[in-house]
Amino acid sequence: MTNIGLIISFLVIGVGLLWLFILALKGREVDRRIIFIFIGLAVSVPLLFRISFSEKATPIVRDVFYKIENLPEGSNILLSYDYGPSMAPEVEPMSNAFLRHALAKNHKVFIMCLWATGQSLIATAIDSIIKREFPEKINGVDYINIGFKAGGQGVLNVIITDFRKMYLTDVDGVNLDSVPIFKGIKSLKDMDLLISIGGGFPGVKEWILFAGAPGNIPTAGGSAAVAAPLLYPYYPKQMVGLLGGIKGAAEYESELKKVYPQFANMPTPGIAMMGPQTLAHLVVMAFIVIGNIAFFVNRRRKP
Amino acid sequence: MANSKRISAIILIIVIATFLLSWIIKAFNLEGSPNNTGLWFSIRDAFFITIAAFLTLAIFSFLYKDNPYYKFAEHLFVGISAAYWMCVGFWSTLIGNLVPNISSSLSTFFRVPYKGLHFTYFVPLILGIILLMRLSSKRGWISRWALAWIVGTTSGLNLIRYLRTDFISQVSNTFIPLLVDWKGVGPFFSHFSLSSTGQFAMTLSNWVIFIGVFCGLIYFFFSKEHKGIFGTASRVGIWVLMITFGASFGYTVMGRVSLLVGRLTYLFRDWLGLIS
Repeated sequence: MTNIGLIISFLVIGVGLLWLFILALKGREVDRRIIFIFIGLAVSVPLLFRISFSEKATPIVRDVFYKIENLPEGSNILLSYDYGPSMAPEVEPMSNAFLRHALAKNHKVFIMCLWATGQSLIATAIDSIIKREFPEKINGVDYINIGFKAGGQGVLNVIITDFRKMYLTDVDGVNLDSVPIFKGIKSLKDMDLLISIGGGFPGVKEWILFAGAPGNIPTAGGSAAVAAPLLYPYYPKQMVGLLGGIKGAAEYESELKKVYPQFANMPTPGIAMMGPQTLAHLVVMAFIVIGNIAFFVNRRRKP
Repeated sequence: MANSKRISAIILIIVIATFLLSWIIKAFNLEGSPNNTGLWFSIRDAFFITIAAFLTLAIFSFLYKDNPYYKFAEHLFVGISAAYWMCVGFWSTLIGNLVPNISSSLSTFFRVPYKGLHFTYFVPLILGIILLMRLSSKRGWISRWALAWIVGTTSGLNLIRYLRTDFISQVSNTFIPLLVDWKGVGPFFSHFSLSSTGQFAMTLSNWVIFIGVFCGLIYFFFSKEHKGIFGTASRVGIWVLMITFGASFGYTVMGRVSLLVGRLTYLFRDWLGLIS
């Protein structure tokens, strides 16, 4: 099925691109809607025929993975869902992979968000991952959802010294002092690893600026592709590692499947998305090449 | 003109009929699925799935050309977003942060734990009211005080953090060894590896960072004419910048394609049931 899909994709897209190339050489203008059709095809066909490619984790992704892996069991990991539904297709595979990994390693997971829209996504993750795949994990003992607080970086500025100045209860209204997981936790400095997943403001950068760097707390991130290039300069000294875009998510998922056989059948949306990604990138590259060749050929033709 | 109106009406009828048909088929599908939770829930879930699919297609229709369906979806999105953020602002900022610090009775009314009376919280309350003075044409200037406070505190808060993390630490991050784990030429070649974590790759990577930063800075140094060696370094700086922009563009394409994949996955899986 995958091979048929690949052949169809390459045939349809290849013949189409050739036609466009001939049109461009003849000096004819190509309607922008033709480009949209090609991108649509390049994305739809691999999705329908399940074309995917194998992934291998790069050092920047491996560093996050093995940071979680090498922490002693029961370490405190904070996951911040700093994104909304508009960014979810890209970064949700990362947050799901982080959550699965941290729970499989028996770490204590503290979940929060600096984006109001992150609240419903946290609830979805708890229902679809923790309650379904880790039914033995107890809310308040193994994980906790403290939810959203308005203030962006101001929230980080407060909780780096004292959680309770901002959060008195978890999302269900349970007092943090009565929750076992919060016993001995005063501030962010009691966390062994901070992970922010996002791509906007506030996001990974704010976690580094207002929590990781001033508190000297190991910080990692999962970022939407658009914001990823701005975060690379923080690696490796100010940031443990980074999952940049869906490629980072796919690499992390592949490493998770490799190390944990129990996740062999887990959904891997990151890896699944890399098929359409690869084809779409090839089409964009082809358009750039065709456009440039046509430009130079037509320039030479002009008297 | 009359012809155009007739075509628009026909398209509208087709869209409504397709929507209703899709809703009915989806409801039957959900009813027949192993996870079905009852007829009413099937009809309700089918409605939301179908409306989401139609709104997605309405937004996509802009790729062809601007049209009323796109406008409808766009305005619906803006309206819902504005209302959503207003509710979030009210419940998380006013009720979540302010009320528990200023009033016991209000905290009880809104069912939030009372933290005790903190007079400092009256400052943002007053500033918030002052900010609303912007709505008055005569007293609008008073709102600038609150705005000045916001600008001042944000600058103060950010200045220290950015200076430390984005400037000093970034400068120190570029002080990297140009010969990583160097133990001489012999050991270098005897342990030669092209692995990304090997000595050669790390050394090369550090050289790229060093040259990139150095030449990039030279490009932005305008007090000396860009000629000779200085000009060459400046041109290398431009190349570094262009490669950076290219990488950023590549990442942007990846991000946008991911979002497209997300929507198409929704259409193919949740709406049409073509993929599992």
